[in-house]
Amino acid sequence: MQKNKKSSTAVKWLLISVCLVFVFFMLILPLITVITEALRSGWETYQKAITDEYTLKAAGLTIEATVFAVLINTVFGVFASWAISKFHFKGKKLLTTLIDIPVTVSPIIAGLIFLLTFGRQSPIYPWLQDLGLQVVFAIPGIILATVFVTFPFISRELIPVMEAQGTEEEEAAALMGAGGFAIFRKVTFPHIKWALLYGIVLCTARAMGEFGAVSVISGHLRGKTNTLPLHVEILFNEFQYVPAFAVSSLLVIMALIVLIIRSVVEYRGKKT
Amino acid sequence: MNKAKKKVIPGFGLSMGVTLAILSLIVVIPLASLVLFTAQMDFSEIIEVITRKRVLASFYVSFITAVIASLINAVMGVILAWVLVRYDFPFKRLLDGMIELPFALPTAVAGIALIALTADTGAIGSFFGQFGIKIAYTRIGITVALIFIGIPFVVRSVQPVLEKLDYSYEEAAGVLGASKVKIFWKIIFPEIRPAVFTGFGLAFGRCIGEYGSVVFIAGNMPYETEITPLIIMSELQEYDYTSATAIALVMLLFSFAVLFAVNMIQARSTKILKGGNK
Repeated sequence: MQKNKKSSTAVKWLLISVCLVFVFFMLILPLITVITEALRSGWETYQKAITDEYTLKAAGLTIEATVFAVLINTVFGVFASWAISKFHFKGKKLLTTLIDIPVTVSPIIAGLIFLLTFGRQSPIYPWLQDLGLQVVFAIPGIILATVFVTFPFISRELIPVMEAQGTEEEEAAALMGAGGFAIFRKVTFPHIKWALLYGIVLCTARAMGEFGAVSVISGHLRGKTNTLPLHVEILFNEFQYVPAFAVSSLLVIMALIVLIIRSVVEYRGKKT
Repeated sequence: MNKAKKKVIPGFGLSMGVTLAILSLIVVIPLASLVLFTAQMDFSEIIEVITRKRVLASFYVSFITAVIASLINAVMGVILAWVLVRYDFPFKRLLDGMIELPFALPTAVAGIALIALTADTGAIGSFFGQFGIKIAYTRIGITVALIFIGIPFVVRSVQPVLEKLDYSYEEAAGVLGASKVKIFWKIIFPEIRPAVFTGFGLAFGRCIGEYGSVVFIAGNMPYETEITPLIIMSELQEYDYTSATAIALVMLLFSFAVLFAVNMIQARSTKILKGGNK
């Protein structure tokens, strides 16, 4: 018996060390690399790189696209989870599958389908031209592609929470005469706020960092339709390594903030 | 009963309307336009494009690297989930939090970080270089990038199943004299198997389509390290939308097949989680 216990302790620490080594080399080392490469030529070069005119423009565009994409996805996520978790209807399975599709679609294909829908070879292109709407190689295209790649993020966080909560409280509120929005605000929202916050944070992170889809649809006009990740690629391909890593470090900081919020949300979620 | 329930809570019409409108604009219409665009092409034309040697080679490279990366992630994912559920140790919360990093970190950043590490001058690249192993600009490099991308999938699907697992069967088996290895394979593994497959499928689906993290480390040599998303990208840069769409269609059908398989397995996995019949 004693021997058995000893060997299982050995197994335990062996497995833990395997995990720590794996996570160190695969996850932590890349993060450290970004920071050290960014600061390689000193703090001043770093500051110069992240306050560069093109970087600021790219950051502005990234924020613009992210805000719109997250707004659209939040509206969609809340309405879709409400419909899916509070009602019974036919075709629910099909609906959830359709919502999940964007995750399995390659980002390149995500960009391509919007190129085909709104680009020059599309049947509605002349019509868009008459309206003076430029979608492809412009900001609306970037927003659409970003919404696509982050599509299920919020509803996926909300649906399990709302399903677990059930419909009894809402039914009671409705029977007492509360309107739809009042029920949502007073009854449902307190249950889902942490899940919603986490969904929004996750969505924001992916939206800011999306590369492939945006790369296809943006047309790479420097200073005009360049988001931060595309700016990183351009700098890197121009062998401007320090600025490339400096811009990347901004995105790393953002990723770390997301992870911290995730832990907080999980902790809060377990407590309630 | 059911009908009455439907009417009590308001907002069904509005929420379904908003859901379907946004879903159509973002998902259904764009995907339909891809199908529409291919419908205008000759079938023989599509076949000609997707059987080009360079395209076939890219399918092979994408497939083989994604399979190897997802297999490694399946094994490491089970170990990570096991360690996180069953053991207590310092920095456990940090480890748990870090698992999600590949979801949060932009792929382009991951790409340039990995290339900086694995290039001949990088910390890991120079180490393996001594033994004549090149990582950057080879298929090994692609696999490394895909491992990075796929880490969270298996861990996050196995972890909840492992947490719900009843200890009493293991104890019973232990009392009856089964070895630890035997307990794992005969009692624990059958329970987590659907979750492992689900995680593997999700990681595999993601890896097949991955672009951002791979593009820097791959070197993009035709026939050698050119993955399918890269071929689509280069066709697009030459404004050859026909070829790009034909190749994209193959990829899309493939990832739908993966999604379908995952959903089938997930249905079973949820049953176990919710405590239904196994």
